[in-house]
Amino acid sequence: MKYLWRLLPLGFILLLAGCGKQNLSALDPQGPVADIQFDLIKLSLYIMIFVIVVVFAIYLFVIIKYRERPGDTHIPKQVHGNKALEVVWTVIPIILLLFLAIPNVMQTFTLADVDVNEEEDDFVRVVVTAHQFWWEFEYPDYDVVAGQDMYIPTNTKIIIELEASDVIHSFWVPALAGKQDNVPGITNDMWLIAPQEGIYQGKCTELCGEGHWLMDFKVIAVDPDTFDTWASSMARTVDEEEEVNVVSAEGREVFEQNCISCHAISGEGGDLGPNLTNFGERSVIAGFLDWDENDENLENFIRYPTEKKPGNLMQPFPNLADDEMDALIDYLKSLKVLE
Amino acid sequence: MADQHVQTLPPNLEKATLEGKNKYLGFWLFLGGETILFASLFGTYLGLRGSLNGGPGPSDLFHLPLVFIMTMILLTSSLTSVFAIISMKKGNYKGLLTWMTVTVLLGAAFLGFEIYEFVEYVEHDLGFTTSAFGSAFYTLVGTHGAHVAFGIAWITTLIIRYRKSGLTLTNAPKFYVAVLYWHFIDVVWVFIFSVVYLMGIGG
Amino acid sequence: MSYAKAQSKSAVWDWLTTVDHKKIGIMYLVAGAFFFALGGFEAILMRIQLMFPEASFLPAQTFNELLTMHGTTMIFLAAMPILFGLMNYIVPLQIGARDVAFPFLNSLGFWLFLFGGILLNLSWFFGGAPDAGWTAYVPLSSEYSGTGIDYYVLGLQISGAGTLIGGINFLVTIINMRAPGMSMMRMPLFTWSTFVASTLILFAFPALTIGLLLLMLERIFGATYFAVHAGGNVVIWQHLFWIFGHPEVYILILPAFGIFSEIISTFSKKRLFGYSAMVFATLLIGFLGFMVWAHHMFTVGMGPIANSIFAVATMAIAVPTGIKIFNWLFTMMGGRIQFTTANLFALGFIPSFVMGGVTGVMLATSAANYQFHDTYFVVAHFHYVIIGGVVLGIFGGAFYWWPRMFGYKLDEKLGKIFFWMFLFGFHLTFFVQHFLGLMGMPRRVASYLDGQGLNDMNFISTIGAFLMGVAFIIFVVNIFVSMKNRETSGDPWDGRTLEWTIPSPTPEYNFAQTPLVRDVDAYWHEKYEGDGKMKAAEPLGDIHMPNGSILPVIISIGLFISSFGFIYREHGVIWVAILGLAITFGAMFVRSIKEDHGYHIPVEEIKNDKGGK
Repeated sequence: MKYLWRLLPLGFILLLAGCGKQNLSALDPQGPVADIQFDLIKLSLYIMIFVIVVVFAIYLFVIIKYRERPGDTHIPKQVHGNKALEVVWTVIPIILLLFLAIPNVMQTFTLADVDVNEEEDDFVRVVVTAHQFWWEFEYPDYDVVAGQDMYIPTNTKIIIELEASDVIHSFWVPALAGKQDNVPGITNDMWLIAPQEGIYQGKCTELCGEGHWLMDFKVIAVDPDTFDTWASSMARTVDEEEEVNVVSAEGREVFEQNCISCHAISGEGGDLGPNLTNFGERSVIAGFLDWDENDENLENFIRYPTEKKPGNLMQPFPNLADDEMDALIDYLKSLKVLE
Repeated sequence: MADQHVQTLPPNLEKATLEGKNKYLGFWLFLGGETILFASLFGTYLGLRGSLNGGPGPSDLFHLPLVFIMTMILLTSSLTSVFAIISMKKGNYKGLLTWMTVTVLLGAAFLGFEIYEFVEYVEHDLGFTTSAFGSAFYTLVGTHGAHVAFGIAWITTLIIRYRKSGLTLTNAPKFYVAVLYWHFIDVVWVFIFSVVYLMGIGG
Repeated sequence: MSYAKAQSKSAVWDWLTTVDHKKIGIMYLVAGAFFFALGGFEAILMRIQLMFPEASFLPAQTFNELLTMHGTTMIFLAAMPILFGLMNYIVPLQIGARDVAFPFLNSLGFWLFLFGGILLNLSWFFGGAPDAGWTAYVPLSSEYSGTGIDYYVLGLQISGAGTLIGGINFLVTIINMRAPGMSMMRMPLFTWSTFVASTLILFAFPALTIGLLLLMLERIFGATYFAVHAGGNVVIWQHLFWIFGHPEVYILILPAFGIFSEIISTFSKKRLFGYSAMVFATLLIGFLGFMVWAHHMFTVGMGPIANSIFAVATMAIAVPTGIKIFNWLFTMMGGRIQFTTANLFALGFIPSFVMGGVTGVMLATSAANYQFHDTYFVVAHFHYVIIGGVVLGIFGGAFYWWPRMFGYKLDEKLGKIFFWMFLFGFHLTFFVQHFLGLMGMPRRVASYLDGQGLNDMNFISTIGAFLMGVAFIIFVVNIFVSMKNRETSGDPWDGRTLEWTIPSPTPEYNFAQTPLVRDVDAYWHEKYEGDGKMKAAEPLGDIHMPNGSILPVIISIGLFISSFGFIYREHGVIWVAILGLAITFGAMFVRSIKEDHGYHIPVEEIKNDKGGK
């Protein structure tokens, strides 16, 4: 029985850790920041389970022992209180809270520590700008702007600066780090490290309008060499790009006629919508739509952008001719930087 | 006449009845809430007073002599309202009405200066929507001005309504809480004078 | 007005003009129950949408409107008014008063709340409800939302003014109107908690008033407090909102604590354990409630110093809350616990609220809060404290005081079915939401994608919500089928406090003679130490009563009308706003210059009442 009691919290944590998808759940941390936070969650949970056990035990004892039995009409003694007991249940909770408060204060400062030594440390700086309802990732030291997929090198401290262009959003990658808000007019910062390669789900967690629930993104951790390749390819100009990749000229023309005022590719184009330089390598379309065999999802999204993503601010292109559409899709799918 | 009242009415006229006592306490509590109200406006103003958005700022606009005159007028009006209450306590109803009238007139003069001040600032390109500073300034000082205007209307109503009634257990608490209110908006102005004007010019 | 004239009013006119705290209390309860049902219906609609992934039952926009209205309605128009109803009816009786301090303002407070609530809900029919969440964060609410937000701002401004008036009224009533011998430290805990909650209202609501005023000026007159392009700062809104918003949750929970203290003591047949510690803890919670608002803003970028301070301050609230829990447990210890429906709610409250409380401490852990914040973990937490605390308190209080207020007992059997179904449904709905949040489900999402491992728990949660809905219907049925159980003794539970000393139904003047209070639990003291009857503090005599007035309704209607002028200002109807304000100020002017001395109930009439009972 004693043994069982000790197992209880452990079993509870196992139950917790089994919950959710590996690349999405805060209960299955994949990096040091999420680890710190999960450890604090566990610590607070242990203390709280202790409190719950004590209270429930007294509670059950009292309501069973002192329940009114049939025929019982005695008048209980009218006790006024007990000073010693009051002190006990004031002091013990204070001690318990100190066990939580002290590590919490220390970790709050650890998580806020975004200072790096520019010369010596290995780090990558990413400016994350949130828009209704998509994400922009700027790498100032690499001259790169990317949309929706945030590539990072593994085992490198990622310094993230958070901004917003319209309303308040919040940047959350549960498996790697807790969230910070993207606030218009203010720059917030945070850091994270991804020790393992992988695709981690990110979400906007501050109600930002109609499309809030679909404002997802991905953090893609790759080894540092791949990241360097990615960053230098992303920084190519259109001319350089054409030398490397044979792109559909027709599709490029459709793009220049319809899309370029809002979307940029290889440094050319507007910034009202996500940068599409590596669109062909996106894990999903628009942050959430799967690739499908006939590219129907992509075509429908271009024709009717609000149908699957309500509140989407992209202009619809319902009347784009079929051949133009096909050429455009071919072009977009050919936009790759890692091959 | 005055002596008769002293004999027939109890001391502390404003709190002699339960209604009067309730009104007195309730009004103090109300002023507590008003304090938070103005504290919120002060907080907002302090957060935004540097956000000029290219428009004029405190040191471009504020003229201490004008604000000093306004402060003196309002402080004097507080003093005259104290005289009114002293008259009330002595049972001198005519004195009460006279001093209250002086208080109202001083309040109106203050309000006139404030309107003049606002017009002046608008002419110097500080509109309500010019900058966050402009919005916060007009909201804080304007809310105070609105309180002054309400106070003037309130006390005027009391003076006219009770011009012939003499001092009674019903109207004594009313005059008393009106004066409390008047002191309160005076105190708020002292804070505005320090936080908005002095700090605006000094720092 | 004479006594005879006061008796001969038609029923409708009587309710419209009443200044009787008992009738106003009942109106609060009826209106609050209506809004509670409405808010519950909105919740059910949202849970249906979230039952399956990527469901298309509701458009995202409608969902955002529902989540905003659900929160706003439940907090401002359901929970608080229902508590106000109980306070209005019960507090004057508990302190041995014939009336509240400001009967006219009391009525005004109710009508302002009601018309504010109606205004807010009319937004559904005129261009869509507010959609920026009950917190209405700028700039989403200032620059990116439609007229719904105007309804939100003006509706809350009007009903908020009513709440503030109500708060001041309770404070003055409790300070000035207590019966002889009823010292502060002899007051029942429900009265104490009303006192502290009213203090919180007094100091918290003005911050909301200013927040709403700024938002209104920004939307209507183009002010730029929050407009980043003109140097504004969007975080100011969050500070103003939470300086109000955090005390608000204590405004809700403290009266519920008070109700439980009454119920647990009555049905354990014991004096409340550690009375003065309970009072002290209530005061301390109220005080700390003002120190912790920024724990709602850990992720907004206040920096580690501010985050740490607010984290520790927040954790500190657990201490006085723990004191209360243990004192309740020790009140029951050694008692004779009766499992009436009212007490079942109190007994269901203790474990439920402890679970909500501990997740509160977890949320206060600022570094871990970055994971919890704005996820379903938070949704689970605040529903555990608000339903597990406030709503159970309201239902417990309803069963407890129902015979006092309505002259009949609610059926115990139906009541127990209701209790168990509601409690089970509640835990089913919200327990799984803790995990949903940590597994990556943000709050306020109109749906969620398939394949993220969120499907099963969302389905379970919706089933729980259905159970709560059915349970509430059983409660409503109970109200009607129980009407035949007339209760005439006036003291059905062997009560301890003054409200049980008077006959049923409660006479208009409450106490024929003001009672003399000699101990905590005044009635119990007389029952077991005295002769079972309250000592009178005054001889029998004529009783002075205030006259009714229609002016509160007119003042409120004026503001209601003027709101439309502001909302549709762009259509050139600003004159409507002026007209409405003229009505309001006109009515206030009439009130100010018209002296009203009330009337007297003759002593013969009071003797008749006493004889007849």
